[in-house]
Amino acid sequence: MKLTLKIWRQSEQKDPGRFETHCIDGVSEDSSFLEMLDQLNEQLLEEGVEPVAFDHDCREGICGMCSLTINGFAHGPENSTTTCQLHMRKFKDGDTITIEPFRARAFPVLRDLVVDRSAFDKIIQAGGFISVRTGSAPDGNALPIPKDESDQAMDAAACIGCGACVASCKNASAMLFTAAKAGHLNLLPQGKAEQEKRVLDMVSAMDGAGFGNCRNYGECSASCPKDISLDFISKLNRDHAKAKLKKLFS
Amino acid sequence: MKLDSKIPDGPISEKWDNHRFSSKLVNPANKRKYRIIVVGSGLAGGAAAATLGELGYNIDCFCYQDTPRRAHSIAAQGGINAAKNYQNDGDSIHRLFYDTVKGGDFRSREANVHRLAQVSVNIIDQCVAQGVPFAREYGGLLANRSFGGAQVSRTFYARGQTGQQLLIGAYSALSRQVATGQVKMHTRQEMLDLVAVDGHAKGIVTRNLANGEIKAWTADAVLLCTGGYGNVYYLSTNAVGCNVTAAYRAYRRGAGFANPCYTQIHPTCIPVSGDHQSKLTLMSESLRNDGRVWVPRDESDCPKNPNDVAENERDYYLERKYPSFGNLAPRDISSRSAKEACDDGRGVGPGGRGVYLDFSDAISRLGEDTIRERYGNLFQMYERITGENAYQRPMRIYPAIHYTMGGLWVDYNLMTTVPGCFALGEANFSDHGANRLGASALMQGLSDGYFVIPNTIGNYLAGTGSGSVSPDGPEVKEVLDSVRQRVDQLTSCEGRRSSRSYHKQLGQIMWEYAGMARNEAGLKKAIGEIQNLREDFQKNLHVPGSGDNLNAELERAGRVRDFLDFGELLCRDALERNESCGGHFREEHQTTDGEAKRDDENFAHAAVWEFKGEGDTPERHVEEMDFENVKLAVRSYK
Repeated sequence: MKLTLKIWRQSEQKDPGRFETHCIDGVSEDSSFLEMLDQLNEQLLEEGVEPVAFDHDCREGICGMCSLTINGFAHGPENSTTTCQLHMRKFKDGDTITIEPFRARAFPVLRDLVVDRSAFDKIIQAGGFISVRTGSAPDGNALPIPKDESDQAMDAAACIGCGACVASCKNASAMLFTAAKAGHLNLLPQGKAEQEKRVLDMVSAMDGAGFGNCRNYGECSASCPKDISLDFISKLNRDHAKAKLKKLFS
Repeated sequence: MKLDSKIPDGPISEKWDNHRFSSKLVNPANKRKYRIIVVGSGLAGGAAAATLGELGYNIDCFCYQDTPRRAHSIAAQGGINAAKNYQNDGDSIHRLFYDTVKGGDFRSREANVHRLAQVSVNIIDQCVAQGVPFAREYGGLLANRSFGGAQVSRTFYARGQTGQQLLIGAYSALSRQVATGQVKMHTRQEMLDLVAVDGHAKGIVTRNLANGEIKAWTADAVLLCTGGYGNVYYLSTNAVGCNVTAAYRAYRRGAGFANPCYTQIHPTCIPVSGDHQSKLTLMSESLRNDGRVWVPRDESDCPKNPNDVAENERDYYLERKYPSFGNLAPRDISSRSAKEACDDGRGVGPGGRGVYLDFSDAISRLGEDTIRERYGNLFQMYERITGENAYQRPMRIYPAIHYTMGGLWVDYNLMTTVPGCFALGEANFSDHGANRLGASALMQGLSDGYFVIPNTIGNYLAGTGSGSVSPDGPEVKEVLDSVRQRVDQLTSCEGRRSSRSYHKQLGQIMWEYAGMARNEAGLKKAIGEIQNLREDFQKNLHVPGSGDNLNAELERAGRVRDFLDFGELLCRDALERNESCGGHFREEHQTTDGEAKRDDENFAHAAVWEFKGEGDTPERHVEEMDFENVKLAVRSYK
């Protein structure tokens, strides 16, 4: 395959950045999108151009490190797929592909296609946990949990924290991420004790980190590589309203 | 180098209790005077940092990723073992202990393995309490599945992403400690050296991957939770960033490196498709619960559509050779059998390096929905990578490097031969011998992090006192300077070749001569070729840009530089271990039907390598492995 790549280049956070165009030939249909970029970088090295920086690690769709906006779509046009699992057979010979970083005020660009997503960590630190000291847990089977509830919690827990939801939302809202993380714990009986504090603190950390408001566009769920459902946003809104009311009247 | 394993006295089942009682403690008010560095934030590192933080120690935790939640533990698919015996099928702590020692082909340390089996039950409890959404039965109780090398069903799982869910559990506990200020998290930081003062580990030197800053950090102890070295083969199921640098640098500072030749080749990976390939993808071993492995009986059937090969024309070779374990034979045995079938010309797919994993029986027995519920995400991943639908056509699989049992030598307290430097999880050597059983890596990482180190580190700290080293001291400065020099050397090289090209070439040498089967001549050849490659690297490497900003080429060059040294050490260890055991298969030592043949008289020991200086041959020491509770026997899965 022969491709034309329009790639975002930015030497550091303060640099305004620009697009650069590169042509690449001899790309295998079986290679992944990131392997195509590896090939480009080897070519740039030979040409004396600095390679393109991009985040990646596991390359099997689970670590959530890869983060490209491809032709305007977070993780590219293929549904339920991370960039590392997107394969070149989904493109056509001769295509022009535009590659940008995940764009959001809360995700500043560090270099080229690499962004800083530490705002997500702050949301988790605010309340994305169950306070259980190591060694203090009761027997794993002491508390039966109905299978459908556990399965629902698992649906939320499948979030890999990649940030595609934020990148694809025109408000750069982190509601789907926060809802998945809070929902996973709130759905389980173990998480009930801290539910109210959790949702209040996590939402407040989310707002404080510079993410935009949720307007129910639904782009987040459409771009999510793990198909996290919008239902979790409804649940978070409900849980948040309940917690706020309770706080108001207590 | 003195190797004192510090195995506690008493019967095996009482050793851990006795040890905890006889260890010195640090009282709660004094814990806050100590600072501990944790390198790595996977299951071992994340669990250790969180738990030590809960206890009141001050923790600095480092990872090279942008957040601790991405460490490669996340990619484990199948599950985690625990001797809960919830299935009432005859499991017990002793059986898990026995299975693990036998599975490791009698090359692990009994006392450590028994402790692992003991705390396995606490791990499940802890994870459930954290909110890990393990699979459940309709009655609401925890579900189990079977894994290779065991005849009981003791594996707990969360769909096909058990690793991610356990890591999120550890990460959430860690995040809670970060919020309290007890743990300081340092992301996008790579450890490039260990600081030792008067022979004790007192800190590390890191490079900030985002801005290039090289900095020293001091502490009262250093925990290396930095995973394995599978990427020395270039293509492996490891994340692309996984590397041996932290462990290798500790080795150069005096930590003995044990059994580097013990590498695990996982039987169920997606075969290589071409030269562009940057990594290999594992299909969880749990698939072997319902999938049947076969190749055509006759070479001429290999190019056919597998669905057109008649039942009696198929060779279900694992079921044929190992009737009692069948498709669940341990990993090393399954991998070698696949290689044999392909060497025999009966491999399938591009290049003939593949065998079928067929679900058609399970689908007709249980229905497609059940199979989708059990393995849906794996089938989806397979489809993404190969473009094939495994519900309709058998998967193609082939073995790939997956896990490394060797690692830094540690005593019963998980301390390396450098006092104050500990190694946890895959980075140490102690629990899996020459072969790891499925679903035991997650167990070991969490065991070391949640339950072992919090109980053993106090004994060291109480004996040494706190806060003695200044970050401006001469020993620290010397290490800082040597790291700066190393980085400068890499960026000032004026050659033409990329670090990736060296890494690929090293990987080819390793896979060819130190892969699934090894022999004396090949290993000797590999050592020579690696030395030549290293020489070429020093002359012809090209790293663009500078060291003072985000530079992925520089990161890779540094890691490849250490892999080049380490690869040689691995081959040397494989050469000296003149027997076959577990994942280490020496062609000179096999039974008439091609099984691994151990030499217990001469090799029932861990080989521990001591660094003797740049360019000098390292010295080999041994720790004898005594088997008092599990009788040494020929490992048979027939």
